[in-house]
Amino acid sequence: MISDFTLAGARAALRQRDVSALELTNHFLTAIDTLNPVLNAFITVTPDLARAQAAAADAALARGDHGPLTGIPLAIKDLFCTQGVRTTAASRILEPFVPPYESTVSANLLRDGAIFLGKANLDEFAMGSSNATSAFGPVINPWTRAGDNRQLVPGGSSGGSAAAVAARLALGATATDTGGSIRQPASFCGIAGIKPTYGRCSRWGVVAFASSLDQAGPIARTVEDCAILLGSMAGYDAKDSTSANLAVPDFAAACRRGVKGLRIGVPREYRSDDMPAEIETMWQQGLSWLRDAGAEIVDVSLPHTKYGLATYYIVAPAEASSNLARYDGVRYGARSQGADLIDLYENTRAEGFGAEVKRRIMIGTYVLSAGYYDAYYIRAQKVRSLILQDFTNVFAKVDALLTPTAPSAAFGLGERMDDPLKMYFNDVFTVPANMAGIPGMSVPAGLDANGLPLGLQVLGKPFDEETVFAVAQAIETAAQFTTQPSIRAKG
Amino acid sequence: MSLDPAAVRRIAKLARIRVDDAELPVLAGELNSILGWIEQLNEVNIDGVAPLAGAPGMTQALRADVVNDGGYPEKVLANAPDREGDFFTVPKVVE
Repeated sequence: MISDFTLAGARAALRQRDVSALELTNHFLTAIDTLNPVLNAFITVTPDLARAQAAAADAALARGDHGPLTGIPLAIKDLFCTQGVRTTAASRILEPFVPPYESTVSANLLRDGAIFLGKANLDEFAMGSSNATSAFGPVINPWTRAGDNRQLVPGGSSGGSAAAVAARLALGATATDTGGSIRQPASFCGIAGIKPTYGRCSRWGVVAFASSLDQAGPIARTVEDCAILLGSMAGYDAKDSTSANLAVPDFAAACRRGVKGLRIGVPREYRSDDMPAEIETMWQQGLSWLRDAGAEIVDVSLPHTKYGLATYYIVAPAEASSNLARYDGVRYGARSQGADLIDLYENTRAEGFGAEVKRRIMIGTYVLSAGYYDAYYIRAQKVRSLILQDFTNVFAKVDALLTPTAPSAAFGLGERMDDPLKMYFNDVFTVPANMAGIPGMSVPAGLDANGLPLGLQVLGKPFDEETVFAVAQAIETAAQFTTQPSIRAKG
Repeated sequence: MSLDPAAVRRIAKLARIRVDDAELPVLAGELNSILGWIEQLNEVNIDGVAPLAGAPGMTQALRADVVNDGGYPEKVLANAPDREGDFFTVPKVVE
C-alpha cells in the first residue's frame, strides 16, 4: 500500500526495486487529482515535470546509482523559487512570477534525487497561522472532529505542506518557519516538522518575510523522515551571508541515540491558567515518557517568555516592510496602472497585497519611522536580547526543553478571523525559538477530546538538532501515534 | 499613543499602499489594537541591554569585491510587466 509508506519505507522499497519512482509518482499525482479539490493543499501541480524526474530516478536506480532521496515525491512550499515553475508566495502580486533560478534548498533536494509534485499553498507571504490569508483560497485540514464534519484550518503558514503530508499526497514537504509556521501546522495536522537552527538551511531563493527569523525546514509523517529530509536541505551556501559554515551531521543516526542521561527542561512560564487541561495532561505524559526512557526532568525558568509575541510583532513586520518594498510592479510580479510612478506603486501594492500583509507592512513602516524607531524597534531588539539570554542560561543546565507546540488543537475555518491579535496567539509557544535562533521540532503526541491531534515541541541548543531529533524520536516511539486523518489518500 | 486616520494615511503613503479614505478608520482601529498590545514591552527593564539585530553568533561574511554574476538580461527581464529592449519601463517621471 503506497499510501502507508513513510519516506524511509518508500526509499527502502525503491532501492529493492519493489516499487518504481514512476509508480510512486503516479500514485501521488492521482491522489492529488482526487483530494486537492477538497483540501486546496497545492497551488500548482507539476505532473509532467514530476514524471520526467521519476523516469530519471528510475534510470538512476536501475544503474544502482541512488542519492539520499532518489525517487521520493515531495511537495514544495510555494515560497521556494523553482526554476521555470511559477512561484507565488500565495500572493496576487507574485501570481505571474516564474523564477529563472532554483532556491538552494530545493536545488539540494533535486541534487539528492527528489521528485517535485507541485507547489504547496501557504498563508500569503507566510504571514498567518491558519492558511486563511492565501490569495489562492484557504487550505482545509484533513482532520475533522469526531462526529462533526465542519472544516478545520491546517494551521499556518505552511498549511499546504502539512495538509499534503497528513493526507498522504506526498511523502514529505519543504516548509519555512518565521514564528511557528512549520511547528504549528505540523501539530494541527498530526505530523512532524522541524525548524532547524537559524543558518542551518540557506535562505537563498526563498521569498523573504523577516530575514533574521526565516528558516527553512521539513515536514513529514515521522521524525526519521524529517531527519532524512533535513540532511539534504541543510548545508553551507555562500549565496546566503547568514548561512552557517558547518558540516551537516547525520540527523537520521541521531534519531537512534536515545535520551538516557539527557536533562530535559520544563519552562514554567509555558504553563498558564487558560491552557486546556488536555494539553497540560499531554505535556505531563510527554515528560513521563522521557523519564521512563532514562531522561532527567528539570524545572527551568524563561522569564521573558511572555514578551516573545509582542517582540515578534515589532521585529517581523519591520523586516517585512523592508523586504516587501521590492514589490513595486516594475521588475517582476503583477502591475496595476497609475497616472504617475507613485500612483503605479500605490495601486500595484493596494491591489496585489491582501489585508494581513498590508497590516504588517504598515505596522513595520510605523515602527521604523522617524521618531518611533527607538521606542519600538530598538526596544524590541533589546527584549530580543533578553529572550536569547533566557535560553542561553537554561541551556547551561539542560540539553533540551519540552513544551506544548500550540495552545490549542486545530480550530474551525473562519474562526479567530475577526481580530488579528487572536490569530497571533497561536504562535505564543513557537515564537521564542525564532527570536533566539534555536532549533524546535513538533511531534504528534496524542489526541484531544474531539479526536484532533496535539503536538509536543522539543527545543534544543543552537546547531544541536541531533539532540532535538533524539528527544522527538523518544516521544514518537512512546506515543505510538497511529490515528489517521478522516480525509486521506488510500491504496 | 494612538493613531488617528490622518496618521494612518501618512503611514500608508510611506508604505506606498493606496488606502481609500473610508478604510482609514477601520485600519486605525486594527493598528491601534496591535500597537496597544505591543505597549506591554514598556514593562521590561532594558537598562544596559544591547539590541540584538539578527540571529546570535553571526559574523559578517565578506567576499572579494569582484563581479561574480550577471550577463543575462533576458533572464533578468523575463518577468518584467513591461519592457522596452533591455530596459524596464515606468510612467514618465521627468517632464
